Amino acid sequence: MIRKTLEARVQHLKEELLVLGSMVEQAMQQAMDALKRRDLDASRRVYANDQAINAKRFDIEREAIVAIATQQPMAHDLRFLASVLDVASELERMGDYAKGIAKINLLLGDQPLLKPLIDLPRMVDLATSMLRRALQAFVQGDVQAALAIPKEDDQVDALYNQIYRELITFMMQDPRTIDQANYLLWAAHNVERMADRVTNICERTLFTVTGEMRELDGPDDETLAPVGGEPAA
Amino acid sequence: MSDAAPALEIRNLNVYYGDFHAVRDVSLTFPRNKITAIIGPSGCGKSTVLRSINRMNDLIPNVRIEGQVLFEGKNIYDPDVDPVEVRRRIGMVFQKPNPFPKSIYENVAWGVRINGFRGSKAELDALVEEALRGAALWDEVKDKLHQSGLSLSGGQQQRLCIARAIAVRPEIILMDEPASALDPIATLRIEDLMRDLAREYTIIVVTHNMQQAARVSDYTAFFSTDETRTGHLVEFGPTEQIFTNPKDPRTEAYITGRFG
Ligand SMILES: Nc1ncnc2c1ncn2[C@@H]1O[C@H](COP(=O)(O)OP(=O)(O)OP(=O)(O)O)[C@@H](O)[C@H]1O
Ligand SMILES: [Mg+2]
Repeated sequence: MIRKTLEARVQHLKEELLVLGSMVEQAMQQAMDALKRRDLDASRRVYANDQAINAKRFDIEREAIVAIATQQPMAHDLRFLASVLDVASELERMGDYAKGIAKINLLLGDQPLLKPLIDLPRMVDLATSMLRRALQAFVQGDVQAALAIPKEDDQVDALYNQIYRELITFMMQDPRTIDQANYLLWAAHNVERMADRVTNICERTLFTVTGEMRELDGPDDETLAPVGGEPAA
Repeated sequence: MSDAAPALEIRNLNVYYGDFHAVRDVSLTFPRNKITAIIGPSGCGKSTVLRSINRMNDLIPNVRIEGQVLFEGKNIYDPDVDPVEVRRRIGMVFQKPNPFPKSIYENVAWGVRINGFRGSKAELDALVEEALRGAALWDEVKDKLHQSGLSLSGGQQQRLCIARAIAVRPEIILMDEPASALDPIATLRIEDLMRDLAREYTIIVVTHNMQQAARVSDYTAFFSTDETRTGHLVEFGPTEQIFTNPKDPRTEAYITGRFG
């Protein structure tokens, strides 16, 4: 095999992406766990750790740009490196969603939860599992998996709808819950967006392997809850 | 294949050097006012194909050419075609700048004269200036037109050869690795010049430098050889597509540097 230098850089970038992916996954899990347990210290740690995610994303970007500049990649190599830039920024945004959930916990202060959180952690389990497999598919160039994973998004959307309905009910029954219900809805929206971004990673896998640029929407989502917009927090 | 009207079409071209089958069954259409790059490993027949396009192969002993090269609908290998006229209308620029050991002016005027120019000295001066301007060399040489062409730098010499080629008002310019003997800056100047020239001319360029093909051309033809060392066309397409998403795995292997 010739092009050892390029191959080595590509290999290293794949490893770094997987590292960034697991940092994001952990951040999301810990953010949700902290919210569930109302552990403010844990949320502060997640919030602060987002710096590390941002830094890793820039490292990856820098490395990919150096590879493009010094190795003159073409065809598959070029599509891979261009996609790395994209995937790294998708991961960084997912990190922001975790940070947003950490912030929501801090904003709730010492309020007790309206009810124990069950569906929200489930949403996070689904979304992080999708993320882990989507990244694996990206580094392995597994188109089959990349096409299959976005279809799981409807399970995430279903939970999101359920949470939405439930929180609306709380708000209608007792307007004093509006504040917290709104925050929790926000948290759910962050997780929903994270799963959407997993689909973007799958689209990059398809592009890297085949050159095809196509949106991989999950099955038509019949979401009742607001979708698509960027959550803040 | 392309929206542009064809400037030239090769049909089922086969070239033999004695018993050696150098190029097999090439069919290719070159779009007008576009730059088409021919790339491929050494010995795949790039120069052979290029020379077949303006009958430069006629000058090589033992060469046999089958197939057609259609220029303005006429096969340039038809017996009633004058090869000298073909070479005027389809000019050529070579790898190594090869100015004559004459003045800069004479280098450009020469081709015009041998093609039967009958005008005045002032008209010839104007033609020389126009060609030198066209080759982006005028400003650098206008004060020393009567110095030897060999006194110029390599990049300037190559632009002088381009001026010489365009002075006879060809329709197509063939270039065989026109920048491979030049430094990177002179190379980029030639590439800029090629883009300018493509507004008026159809350019077919052979290059070993894939980045150059990617930078400068509109279309790319990838040639390769098989076990018998016979060259053939593997893939032709818009340059953007060839370098981002080639259809043939052999093209992919070559342009990603994993050939062989
Ligand atoms: N005058 C000749 N007599 C005999 N064989 C020749 C002659 N010119 C070229 N060949 C052979 O024909 C084949 C194609 O040669 P050609 O010069 O067209 O290749 P090329 O693609 O331009 O290679 P390079 O990239 O090295 O310039 C080669 O195997 C070469 O050895
Ligand atoms: Mg050659």
